[in-house]
Amino acid sequence: MMRILLVGNPNVGKSALFSRLTGIRVTISNYPGTTVEFTKGHIKLGEEQAELIDIPGSYTLEPSSRAEEVAVEMLKEGDLAINVVDATNLERNLNLTLQLLERGIPVIVALNMWDDTRHRGISVDTTRLEELLGVPVVPTVGITGQGVSDLVSRLPEARIPAEVRTYASGDERWARVGDIVGQVQTLSHRHHTWTDALEDASSHRLGGIVIALLVLFGTFWFVRLVGEAIIDHVAEPLFEWLWTPLLMRLSVALGPETFWHSALIGRLIEGQIDYLQSFGMLSTGLFIPLAAVAPYIISFYLALGFLEDVGYLPRLAVLMDTLLHRLGLHGYASIPTILGLGCNVPAVMATRILESRKERFIAATLISIAVPCAVLQAMIIGLVGQQGMGYVGIIYGSLFMSWVVIGMVLNRLVKGFTPELLIEIPPYRLPSGRVIIEKLWLRLSGVVKHALPIILVTVLVVNVLYNFGLFDALASIAAPVLTGLWGLPKETVVAIVIGFLRKDAAMGMLAPLALTAKQLVISSTVLAMFFPCVATFVVLARELGARDVLKAVAVMLVAALIVGSLQNLIL
Amino acid sequence: MTSRSEGPMTLAEMRTGQTGTVVEILGGHGFVRRLETLGIRPGKRLTKVSSTLFHGPVTFKVDKAQVAVGFGVARGIIVQVDRYLPPGP
Repeated sequence: MMRILLVGNPNVGKSALFSRLTGIRVTISNYPGTTVEFTKGHIKLGEEQAELIDIPGSYTLEPSSRAEEVAVEMLKEGDLAINVVDATNLERNLNLTLQLLERGIPVIVALNMWDDTRHRGISVDTTRLEELLGVPVVPTVGITGQGVSDLVSRLPEARIPAEVRTYASGDERWARVGDIVGQVQTLSHRHHTWTDALEDASSHRLGGIVIALLVLFGTFWFVRLVGEAIIDHVAEPLFEWLWTPLLMRLSVALGPETFWHSALIGRLIEGQIDYLQSFGMLSTGLFIPLAAVAPYIISFYLALGFLEDVGYLPRLAVLMDTLLHRLGLHGYASIPTILGLGCNVPAVMATRILESRKERFIAATLISIAVPCAVLQAMIIGLVGQQGMGYVGIIYGSLFMSWVVIGMVLNRLVKGFTPELLIEIPPYRLPSGRVIIEKLWLRLSGVVKHALPIILVTVLVVNVLYNFGLFDALASIAAPVLTGLWGLPKETVVAIVIGFLRKDAAMGMLAPLALTAKQLVISSTVLAMFFPCVATFVVLARELGARDVLKAVAVMLVAALIVGSLQNLIL
Repeated sequence: MTSRSEGPMTLAEMRTGQTGTVVEILGGHGFVRRLETLGIRPGKRLTKVSSTLFHGPVTFKVDKAQVAVGFGVARGIIVQVDRYLPPGP
């Protein structure tokens, strides 16, 4: 089957085009480095099927980060390249185009973000550009799909230019780029728009900090408000009105004290189902992912999707740079970290946009220790929040301080270098509602699909093990650490063990234990820190390699021991 | 309006809002190439947009793109700044 590659600079809209061409939904954001792995899909070319591969963006075919290496490796295996070019930034983009043309692979150029050229006062002579490059050039708008059918119908015209130019040096190639741009591009004056004003304000020395604080505060407020509203007005009422009556009937049919009753429904609290405490597969097992967690996932990813697509995150990266250098990272590490507040799995994968091995190790380790995912946060807010939001604040404060301190320590201990920040800041764009909703759906269905089966199985296994008394044995073994250092009752060992699998299920197991506020704070913090969930662990091992992942785990265990003990002493 | 130049300075030393022409990139081959890929090389015009506190990153415009670089990088970019004098009597 023919293999078609989407090649281009970062953040030129390759993934948006991919999505348009294949109908496959992929994550699209307004910052360089959204795609760190290639995505495959299929398109129809007349009667034939062809494979289309979305490749991580690269400025050059001489790679300097792992994401760029992936791009160059993939290039060897393609039959045809669609070179996606940002029409508003011709010069830098064409440098890659010329490198691509030297490789002797048939090329067609998609002149993307075509809609943006007009209001930026840029006009491009596409016919002349075609002549100069020797390959077809098609204007496109990936986000709206404009020009995409032209692109498909002209794919067969993709070719190796009749005369393949090679350049002795980078300077020579740049000179040629300058020559081409001079012949095809005309710039005209344009008016300052309100997004320009906002761009200037958020780059301003002090204005930037004020805007960042407003954005962070506003995001947190939005996530909590929307999450709570969905829980109170949709999720809980649905469970109460529709599901509880069914379960109560099932409870009568199964009869009390039977195995299936405890597995499916769990314990009845004063004759009623308590979704947080009963701990049956069909009660707590369904309630946690669907009613306690999913609403916060929705509100978090709505907010994140908006910030991503507006183009705010790279600006935050610039502001965070100075602090992050103290932790052995640079500003761009704030993007994986923020993704980690949603789910640690894509966050650890996103550390690939960082250039040095040291940085990747520190960023990934810090994410798995001190960045609680949305699932865990939802349970913390739901469970600990009942005791007062101040306690939730203590947990967040402890995690943030751990993030800073562990980062500073790792910066000293880990060998290697931290490169300086060097990023392109995309212009602010008005996000497309369709893209945000599609991205939300992609992420939400991913979480539910992965989480639901694991939670159900976890609940079942826990019930079975309880019946065999296995946890009592474990509890006595773990008692010295749990009781001695952390001041927790030994029954919490169950939650800690389950924390290896799923953090939300583990938090759910704390609910029936009648812990004090202090014990809840300690157990939540320890749960967040001591080990990532199994899904994150797998990705972490893949990204870091066997030896480094062991080091990371050692850091996690030591950190959890120390922080839990400190909290026990201080609180 | 007449324009006259004074001596070159680093991007880090430039004031916000100043525009100039890159004359030299100080650094190793890899460093120079990496800046090149972002369109920063001798002969390019750039405008400093902002700097951050505590020797943090410097943001500037080159062509139609906005780029942010660490303070250390900014010290390696040598710029001939335009200097505008008020029109003479």
